[in-house]
Parts: sequence; C-alpha cells; structure tokens
Amino acid sequence: MAFEVAIDRPGRWPVAGFRPLGGSWLTWAGKGDIMSEHVRYIDRTRDYYLSQGYEKPYQWAHHSDAPFTPLAKPLSQSRVAIVSTCDIAISGPGGQRDRSHEFSVGNVYSLPSDTPIELLYSRQEHYDQHATTLDDVNVYYPVERLQERVEQGRIGSLAPRFHGVYTGYSQRKTAEVDAPEVLRRLLEDDVDLAVMTPV
Amino acid sequence: MSLVSRHLEANGIPTVVFGTAKDIVEHCGVARYVFVDFPLGNSCGRSFDPAHQHQVLELGLQLLETAVAPRTTVQTPDVWSDDDTWKQLIFTDEQPFLSGEALENWLAAKQRYRGQKKAGTR
Repeated sequence: MAFEVAIDRPGRWPVAGFRPLGGSWLTWAGKGDIMSEHVRYIDRTRDYYLSQGYEKPYQWAHHSDAPFTPLAKPLSQSRVAIVSTCDIAISGPGGQRDRSHEFSVGNVYSLPSDTPIELLYSRQEHYDQHATTLDDVNVYYPVERLQERVEQGRIGSLAPRFHGVYTGYSQRKTAEVDAPEVLRRLLEDDVDLAVMTPV
Repeated sequence: MSLVSRHLEANGIPTVVFGTAKDIVEHCGVARYVFVDFPLGNSCGRSFDPAHQHQVLELGLQLLETAVAPRTTVQTPDVWSDDDTWKQLIFTDEQPFLSGEALENWLAAKQRYRGQKKAGTR
C-alpha cells in the first residue's frame, strides 16, 4: 500500500490518491461508503485545455484575503436579492426564447423578482450536460424557495429586482466594471444581503 | 461570481455564495460559501426536490447568521448518487465539457470577445 498516481486508465485523468491493495481507485471510490473528493475543476480544465493544444492555462482568480461584512440586522428584517451568473432570461409571449443576448460577454442585467417562474429559463451552456439539466430553475436561481422563506417570515422581503452578470472572460472587467454596477443596483433597492448563484 | 461577491462584501453588503466548484470559489476567496457536491448546474440542490432545495438554502441562511470570519465554507451532507461515476469523466476526451453546438457557441463568444478587445470596446 502506498500513495501513488493511478495511471492504469490510459487516456483518462490520472487520479492521485490512496489505492488500497486489491482494488482500483474506480472500484474503491465507487462503493459509495465514503464521501469522495470533490472535483478539482482547476486542475482538470488546465490539463484538458493543455491536451487540446491551448498553451496558456486559464488563470483562475486568486486572492490571499477575503472581505467580510457581518449581517447588520436579523434575516427576518432583511431585504434579499439574487445575483447570479446563470444567464437567467424571460421567455417571450408564446414561449419563444430570446437568443439575442446569447453571445453577450460582460454586462449586468436585471429582472423583476416576481417574474413567474414558468417564464424563466437559463441560456447557460456551461454546466454538466452529461449529469444534469437546467430544467428546474430553482436549482440555480432559487426564487421560489426564497419567496417561501419570505412567506414563512424567515427572511424579511425580496428586492424588486434580481441581477445577472454575464460570464466574462475578463476578470478585471468583472471586478472593476460589472461588480460596481451590481453594487449600485443593490444599493438603489436598499438590499441588505445577496444570495449569489452560478449555474 | 466570486469576484462580484467580494466587491459587495468590501462595500458593506453581506453575501452567501452557493456553488458546486469548491476549488474555484475557495481559490478566489469569498466570505461565506455553501459547497454543494453536485454536478455543475445544481448549485442550489437537487432538481425538482423543493425539500432538498430548502435544506441547502437554509444552510446558507444559517451561514449568514453565524459566520464570524471570511472563507467560511459549509458543505451540504448529501451525495449526488450512490457512486461517483459522474465525477470521473468530467473534462476528458470521452466526456468533453462542451461539445457540438455548445462548443461552437463558446468558441464564437471567445472570438467575438477577442475582436471587441482588439477594437478597444472591451
């Protein structure tokens, strides 16, 4: 028994890990009796795109510090907004989907928070299309769950607008242009806290 | 997402981030994070399972109430399925993240972004 890199799966990802005698990583991890390691997306995307001929790996945003604001008042008195990168959109009359902004990069947009959920859908394609679907809006844009929490008195109210940020390629633009625009809109609506969701 | 969260926190608005890509969120560094160990696309719980979605949301609400310092992560106790086969082939030749139309759209968006950047409109 030893720590080793399992390379017995040619063409697949070498998985570094503890491999017990008499069993491969696959069988060991597949038993479901342990909580397995989370997916290392940074490593996997770097290795994948290198293997596809992209020479410069994507530099994921990294900071040594993290700002923190404590809650100013109880949740039951707080006004909440969703801020999401899930590319949420509203279907037009007759159910047609607006694809005009499909290729937008950067920019902030807002939707009324009381938009009927039947009209909402996500234009996002960057999700695990092999394992799941985006059919249930609430799993990346939890608007109905938040509405129910308001009805129960757990949170005070929902802001009139929720906000989307298109997935940008430029971290600088996201941090210096889009993020301040989101802040401006939240302050305009007297929002107390934000629920942040990717797809 | 994490970058926007950081900006809000730095300017007086508390946030809680929900998400499935633990390494990416923690690499960036956010104030409060609910890690859901599900596929990308299920950051707030199991599809068509409102009870589970409420459990995930409630973890986030409690995190807002209890976290005393940044980089506080909580993980939902659930697994996506009995085995982890969904994790094993992500970003491989057998299972590229994007394919077909989705890949073409991504490449087109990237090309467009490069064009805009070159033209100075980004």
